[in-house]
Amino acid sequence: MSADADTLPRVTAATADVTPPRPFLREHWPWLAAILIAVVMPWFFFNWSTGRHSGFVLTMLSEIGLMTIFALSFNMQMGHTGLLSFGHAILFGLGGYCTAHALNAIKDGGLWLPTELVPLVGGVGGLFFGILFGYLATKQRATAFAMITMGMGELVAAAALMFMGFFGGEGGVSTNRVTGVSLLGASYSSSWQVYYLIVVWVVICVVLMRLQTMTPLGRMANACRDNFERAQFVGYDPRMVRFYQFMLSGFFAGIAGGLYAILYEIVTFDTVAAPKSATALLATYIGGAGGFFGPILGTILVVLLQSGVSLLSNAWLLYVGVLFIIMVMFAPGGIVGLIGAHAPIARIGRLRELAVPYIRVLIPGLFTMLGVVALVELASFTTIGASQGKKLAVGGLAVDTATALPWIVAAAALLLGGFWLRREAAAFRRRWDALMDEAKAQGAAV
Amino acid sequence: MSDVAISLKSVRKSFGATEIIRGVDLDIPKGQRHAIIGPNGAGKTTLFNLISGRFPVTSGTIALNGTPISGLAPHEINRRGLSRSFQITSIFPRMTVFENIRCGLLWARGYRYSFWHLLGRQKSLNEQSERLLERLNLGARRNLPAGLLSYAEQRALEVGITIAGGADVVLLDEPTAGMSHSETDYAVSLIRSVTEGKTLLMVEHDMSVIFGLADVITVLVYGEVIASDVPSRIRANKAVQEAYLGTEAA
Repeated sequence: MSADADTLPRVTAATADVTPPRPFLREHWPWLAAILIAVVMPWFFFNWSTGRHSGFVLTMLSEIGLMTIFALSFNMQMGHTGLLSFGHAILFGLGGYCTAHALNAIKDGGLWLPTELVPLVGGVGGLFFGILFGYLATKQRATAFAMITMGMGELVAAAALMFMGFFGGEGGVSTNRVTGVSLLGASYSSSWQVYYLIVVWVVICVVLMRLQTMTPLGRMANACRDNFERAQFVGYDPRMVRFYQFMLSGFFAGIAGGLYAILYEIVTFDTVAAPKSATALLATYIGGAGGFFGPILGTILVVLLQSGVSLLSNAWLLYVGVLFIIMVMFAPGGIVGLIGAHAPIARIGRLRELAVPYIRVLIPGLFTMLGVVALVELASFTTIGASQGKKLAVGGLAVDTATALPWIVAAAALLLGGFWLRREAAAFRRRWDALMDEAKAQGAAV
Repeated sequence: MSDVAISLKSVRKSFGATEIIRGVDLDIPKGQRHAIIGPNGAGKTTLFNLISGRFPVTSGTIALNGTPISGLAPHEINRRGLSRSFQITSIFPRMTVFENIRCGLLWARGYRYSFWHLLGRQKSLNEQSERLLERLNLGARRNLPAGLLSYAEQRALEVGITIAGGADVVLLDEPTAGMSHSETDYAVSLIRSVTEGKTLLMVEHDMSVIFGLADVITVLVYGEVIASDVPSRIRANKAVQEAYLGTEAA
């Protein structure tokens, strides 16, 4: 058995292993740039006259950070192992509950743990429940797995309202992150301190999850996703691959939950509920499950919609839904897939030729979008908005939703824009196909 | 006892009321290149699926190197030194050619479910994968997603994944099916070289491949072995000619 290919006669000399080492900066600059942006971002919203950070922006950025970990941990199952989970939030939420209890214990003096390491409690909690739920769920794959995780999600959400001791019922578990125990002497009473703590944990988790894809388990997870039967016949038990992957994914989801507990100082049952699981799924799909980066982009977009657009519109969830459907229908590879599709054209150096077709598509696209948004907003203001006593105003101009004119304008924008878009889209496709054929002819397709 | 690599004792397999394998006894000595032939529907692939653990046997026993393996899961059988390829190409299409080969090596090299080894740093593992890739003539394709290889290249890759782990018993299910003449010739020489010193059991339709490679041929007709002998005597066997060669070779 161990007499492997090493003992076979060497036909050719071993070629130099993989690519020559590249300078660290050259290879990792996008990562470093992302970290830099994360570090300086709050300062763009810093109010220099009052000397205060914007609490809203800091919370939103913190949310992006922890949801990035959550979405990436979800993608450890979905994109990398081919396991679609409908109950991923239970690992996140349970990690959060564990963290909230740990914080309270630290506060009471029953436990000593510096705040910087408290997210690890969430991680260990997530790991524990990952083992527990993963052991059952990973016995199956594909649809059966999805159904089991959905059932588990419902089960935990129901349990959260029943077991008061651990879950605190409807009110959840409140906590206080200012425990007075810190390695760095930080109090974490202000949100910028929490934000930077989250940034550090995001960097650690993203790096670890990235490295995990380059390990034997990470690769065999891909192999089981591609062809679980083949994986069996190279000696791997696909069930165990799924199990370990699920378990590790639980660890990272738990850390995200731990950061959530520190950020909001309360963990309620909606951290384990289905909409939370759906958020990870949406972010991963919109960003692209195929690559490692996809979920990060998707998370940024979804959280911006969630925190930003939800301030402006009652119908923000509808926009997320529409975006999701459009992505699944027209760009199953997500944003990353869309960008990646340009690679062959970029390789033959003719990306520039797409600029004009893009602009020609974007203009009617914008019209169509405005039409849709206007109709949705008009509808939402006549129903929910009216009951909330809100009035629709566009650029300071009050719009009376009871008159016909705004509806006609919106419908016209949608119809004309849509019609125009169809024509331009066809022209765009022709140009795209021509450039793709050219790329294929030059052998730059793959 | 331990001179026999694969031993089948009155193996039967039924799907519902239909008995596909109807009592097969077969001993394949270590180091032999053994071919199974037979008309379509004779149960050749089913026999492979039974030996490799893909399906459980209905009755009878299968032993690998003297120890019974019937009832074991495919990965357990693989870990005991039996590896197989599939009639319909079975690779990891979204992973690169290099990764495909490396996946075939991981378990045998003892990496198990490790999530603490970085594959890029496993020098000897990577070199071994690289060497095998060169032997398969796929070196130039190493970074291509395996699903984009030509058909013949995918078949060669599958043979590579199959033998990568160093199993002593190799089962190949129609390794040259659908190949052109030159591709077939190349595949035969490849199979001959990579299975040197190993026990090879193969299902094949191409008579030139069989008579070129096999030490012993077993003829399976409707789930029963009607002959098992060296190629020259199989060729002369009346029953075989009637059941199989007579119709196919005509």
